[in-house]
Amino acid sequence: MSNGNHITERLIIQQKMSRLTETFIRVRNENRPAVIGYLTAGDPDEKRSEEIIGSVCRSGLDVLELGIPFSDPTADGPVIQRASQRAIKSGMTLEKGLAMVARLRQRLDLPIILFSYYNPIFVFGTKRFVREAESAGADGVLVVDLPHELSDEIMQYVPQSGKSQSGQFHFIRLIAPTTGADRRSDILRRADGFVYIVSRRGVTGSGSIDWDSLAASVNEMRSGTAVPLCVGFGIRSPEDAHKIAAFADGIIIGSAFEQRIEDDPNTAADSAAVFLREIRRVITS
Amino acid sequence: MTLTASVFPDSRGFFGIYGGMYVGETLVTPLLDLKQAAQETLHDDRFWEEYRRLLRDYVGRETPCYQAVRLAEHIGGADIWLKREDLNHTGAHKINNTIGQALLAGRMKKRRLIAETGAGQHGVATATVAALFGFECKVFMGAEDIRRQKPNVERMELLGAEVVSVVSGTSTLKDAMNEALRYWSGAVDDTFYVIGTAAGPDPYPWMVREFQKVIGEEARSQMLRQAGKLPDVVAACVGGGSNAIGIFHPFLNDNSVELVGTEAGGKGLDTGEHAASLTAGTPGVLHGAKSMLLQDEHGQVRDAYSISAGLDYPGVGPEHALLRESGRVRYETITDSEALEAFQALCRCEGIIPALESSHALAQAFKEAKKLGKNKTVLVCLSGRGDKDLEHVKKCL
Repeated sequence: MSNGNHITERLIIQQKMSRLTETFIRVRNENRPAVIGYLTAGDPDEKRSEEIIGSVCRSGLDVLELGIPFSDPTADGPVIQRASQRAIKSGMTLEKGLAMVARLRQRLDLPIILFSYYNPIFVFGTKRFVREAESAGADGVLVVDLPHELSDEIMQYVPQSGKSQSGQFHFIRLIAPTTGADRRSDILRRADGFVYIVSRRGVTGSGSIDWDSLAASVNEMRSGTAVPLCVGFGIRSPEDAHKIAAFADGIIIGSAFEQRIEDDPNTAADSAAVFLREIRRVITS
Repeated sequence: MTLTASVFPDSRGFFGIYGGMYVGETLVTPLLDLKQAAQETLHDDRFWEEYRRLLRDYVGRETPCYQAVRLAEHIGGADIWLKREDLNHTGAHKINNTIGQALLAGRMKKRRLIAETGAGQHGVATATVAALFGFECKVFMGAEDIRRQKPNVERMELLGAEVVSVVSGTSTLKDAMNEALRYWSGAVDDTFYVIGTAAGPDPYPWMVREFQKVIGEEARSQMLRQAGKLPDVVAACVGGGSNAIGIFHPFLNDNSVELVGTEAGGKGLDTGEHAASLTAGTPGVLHGAKSMLLQDEHGQVRDAYSISAGLDYPGVGPEHALLRESGRVRYETITDSEALEAFQALCRCEGIIPALESSHALAQAFKEAKKLGKNKTVLVCLSGRGDKDLEHVKKCL
């Protein structure tokens, strides 16, 4: 596709589509999966966290998942547990996380998905959350412990697409290896933005992946939705990313970034960016 | 509002606005499978025959309902009756529930039981049924609690269970439950998670209630038979709330019976060091359910505190949140020192050493007995015995 056509298409897309949908179309045109990065807001503290996030976003990240820390992250492994504790200790809250989104939005154009457990949102007020997240410039939310069936607790406050301020506020749904067939069809039918495919049982950041069965089930899901299918949980190396690139629309990386922040927060802006560029290189080649 | 088992929870596991199944996607289908299996047993006579046979021959039920005459004289006021759950095998009401869940685990063809434990009573009750039925067993316990409750750790190990020390967070019950949920999400295919209280995601709150209801069913007919009338007040301690929901439930439709749940007031509500999630908490979502929660204004869960490790939990079962809201159950708090006084009174007047958890219910019962006066009756759920607490109590006295 020539550059001119690409720009024209982008202009049309911008009028109709959300930032997130546009991003997935763009990477598809580049013949590669999107790289989605999870980073905990406020790890190790507000200022350095924003520097690290800025650096990763400028180094080729396609979608940012900004983690709001919670005291009891039951779906997360030790790396993100410790990241959450550091962030809470540094004073990070949902309110400050939303302010961070607003600041990032002034200088970054990539889609930003808020990633949280439900309690901080519930206590903040779900209606107020949707309003303030949209006005800060967030493109959606993934709530770890708010399953598909309960998504209306938040989505009842999202205006119909086209009317809301950013075009569309997505509720990202997940599918796990344990998800039963009926629920899987329901989730795919209501999928919005992208689907987060959990690569394996267990918590974030550990364990090994059964690549053949993962690829087979992702391919099976294709028939149920046109929404991009992205794979996360335990993606640690460029080799993992390369394997996922063969069958998924996006690669979600979290613990691998947080590990670099834990190893040395002062060099994490660089080390995380180097890691990301390596991921980008293997999935593009 | 009339509350009956057939009304609550609703089909999605909600008790009013409380309850539900707020868990990560990996656990949703396993919980739906468990819910279906639990619902099937509700109408399965053979399941309940087996459950009752084990409670009779193995646990030692029915437990006595005992009129504590000297104690009542000492307190002055209403008659005091004790539902003796402390006489169960393993020393507390916890085994009623673990027998039920282990039978269910067998039906679901699981080979491993996991559990969280604070004081260690539920851990011991789970390790016990694992040995009885031949399951592997892993018990998650906060490193701090392992230190405080050494005899129970040794008991679990003797019974063949592996005790996993949890060092995340504050290293207590809440963190043990986090870790058990994490482990379960990696092992759902062959592992059954035995939750020890009437909390957690649907179906646990009502499933645990069904296995603990035997306390109230027995006590209600024992009171009618032995005292010739229903009690005026029933008192029980509330941490997660399983012994309380068990004794309260069969009395819910007896409007003359006042039900009083007793939370741990710790060093006093104004000190912030307590575990009174119903009295001093706010609505929130933790460990799979919406309920009342000790938390800060940003939705971060606060540490609970109580002299009693079994009440040291920042949440509470969702049905209690509804029972409080509806006004059917009154919830009060008892401080550490009030509980210690009640502990000593029962030792001295009746020769019964109660658990520190149950001592909270006793202390509340003393207040009720004084208020009610003669010719009235207070029934207390003596949920466990205090052998495990001796060392701790000696330090506190």
